[in-house]
Amino acid sequence: MQIQNMTALEVGAAIRNGSLTVTEAVTQALDAAESSNARTNAYITICREKALAQAEQVGQQIANGSLTSPLAGVPIAIKDNICTKGVRTTCASRILENFEPVYDATVMQKLQAAGMIAIGKVNMDEFAMGSTSETSYFGATRNPWDLEKVPGGSSGGAAAAVADRSAVIALGSDTGGSIRQPASYCGVTGFKPTYGTVSRSGLVAYASSLDQIGPIGKDAADCAAIMDIIAGSDPMDATSLAETPTEFLAGLTGDVKGLRIGIPSECYANAGLDAEVAAKTKAAADTLAEAGAIVEEISLPFLDYVIPAYYIIATAEASSNLSRFDGVKYGFRSNSYTGLTDLYRATRSEGFGKEVKKRILLGTFVLSSGYYDAYYRKALKVKALIKQKFDEVFSQYDLILCPTAPTTAPAIGQSLANPMAMYLSDIFTVSVNIAGLPGISIPCGFDAAGMPIGVQLIGKPLGDKTVLQAAYAYQQRTDYHKQEAK
Amino acid sequence: MEIKKELVSYVADLSRIRLDETEVAEMQAQMSEIVGYMDILNQLDTDGIEPMSHIFSIANVLRDDVVQPSYPRADILRNAPEHTDEAFVVPKTVE
Repeated sequence: MQIQNMTALEVGAAIRNGSLTVTEAVTQALDAAESSNARTNAYITICREKALAQAEQVGQQIANGSLTSPLAGVPIAIKDNICTKGVRTTCASRILENFEPVYDATVMQKLQAAGMIAIGKVNMDEFAMGSTSETSYFGATRNPWDLEKVPGGSSGGAAAAVADRSAVIALGSDTGGSIRQPASYCGVTGFKPTYGTVSRSGLVAYASSLDQIGPIGKDAADCAAIMDIIAGSDPMDATSLAETPTEFLAGLTGDVKGLRIGIPSECYANAGLDAEVAAKTKAAADTLAEAGAIVEEISLPFLDYVIPAYYIIATAEASSNLSRFDGVKYGFRSNSYTGLTDLYRATRSEGFGKEVKKRILLGTFVLSSGYYDAYYRKALKVKALIKQKFDEVFSQYDLILCPTAPTTAPAIGQSLANPMAMYLSDIFTVSVNIAGLPGISIPCGFDAAGMPIGVQLIGKPLGDKTVLQAAYAYQQRTDYHKQEAK
Repeated sequence: MEIKKELVSYVADLSRIRLDETEVAEMQAQMSEIVGYMDILNQLDTDGIEPMSHIFSIANVLRDDVVQPSYPRADILRNAPEHTDEAFVVPKTVE
């Protein structure tokens, strides 16, 4: 049995009914990862021996009935900013090139307890800072739909691996769109849960108030199934919510009758929005309307302010979070320095890439004496306004529907030459992080060049199941998510 | 606002990042563009609005102070670029 085109739930079912062994599934995934990597560079590390050893053990535990998760035995790829005990966790940075965590992130412990098997660590923008997966110290990841194009970012390796069928499913992280935008560019499904639903313990921090771990998979049902495993309160994460939704998978009925969906007119007035993307995302709204949802135009008047607010908050937190990389406790240390302060300088200058340095400098600037009030404090006030406006919308609507990204995937190199344009491409995703909301990107068509287009559904805080429900209903009625990259 | 070279060098120093002249010029250009864009926020009237750090109201998470095992020192030190059997090694800091 070939797992290549099977969903994670199908692989899990095949293992449970005995038509596939865990070792067969994991071996196929490892082989696919190795052969795909030559073209896509989606993986930084492939852990064959560890995965095969685990497969043996999990197979026995499924046989003796001690593992019962629908995803037990299913292979998974993990973004390389999630700590994996004994397996290097690089954040795609030179400064962590040989860092081997001494503990597993909470999500890894949960995946293991459910019997899922990590086959490798997937590529990303360095420290998740970027929208193209080109800033990786280990080289750019390529889009399986067109190897001359980017897969998006920062979870580009995760999206490319799922699209190239070299991962059944993957875990990514989303700070300003880093799960949803690459899912859109690669024609796969990417879900960012409500902030605090999935523990961040063991996720290397970029911007702690915005970061959230979530799945990238072939469809919404797979994302729901893995949410059943990874969601939940965690004493190791102080921002973890005391109560989180449960029974994500069981909640999927495909019924969206009477669901109220708002379409922000500002998104479609945005000058950067590609006409084909606009047409396909509107068609997706029509499909949900035909299924019984009530679709109406709404207003999100703050759209012009979300990118500046996001880059102020994200870089401020990054400058603080990344101060821990000093060449003393772990990771890279420069060979050439005189004294302690110079050790820090030399190590950080040689260890960080250009985009990371730029964001540290920007964050240091917006937090520095004399500029703090005008930038950082101002951004936190704008955040309050954004949250307030979302609250107003969600008092009348269950979901917001808009494009995930203004365009399909750009060519490799294009965004590095014009970083400001790359920042602006986050316009439809960042407000979701600022307000801590759940959001999903699902495939909704292709442009004339055959590149995938994604539509985004945004829910109210803790409305994760409604988001997944609408995505599932859409995928019951369409087959864009089943299309394969050539 | 205009970002001057001196300001780039100042925040680089605060960040413990060393930039050569070419890099300072490059960062100056890129930071000016981005900070100029951030200035759009000044169009918004935010008087009387409380800055928001957390989306949800969160409280301190307290637990009983129970002794738990720490990570083995040898495991922690293994990741350090330079260490003895019991400590990280850094250049001499006090003369």
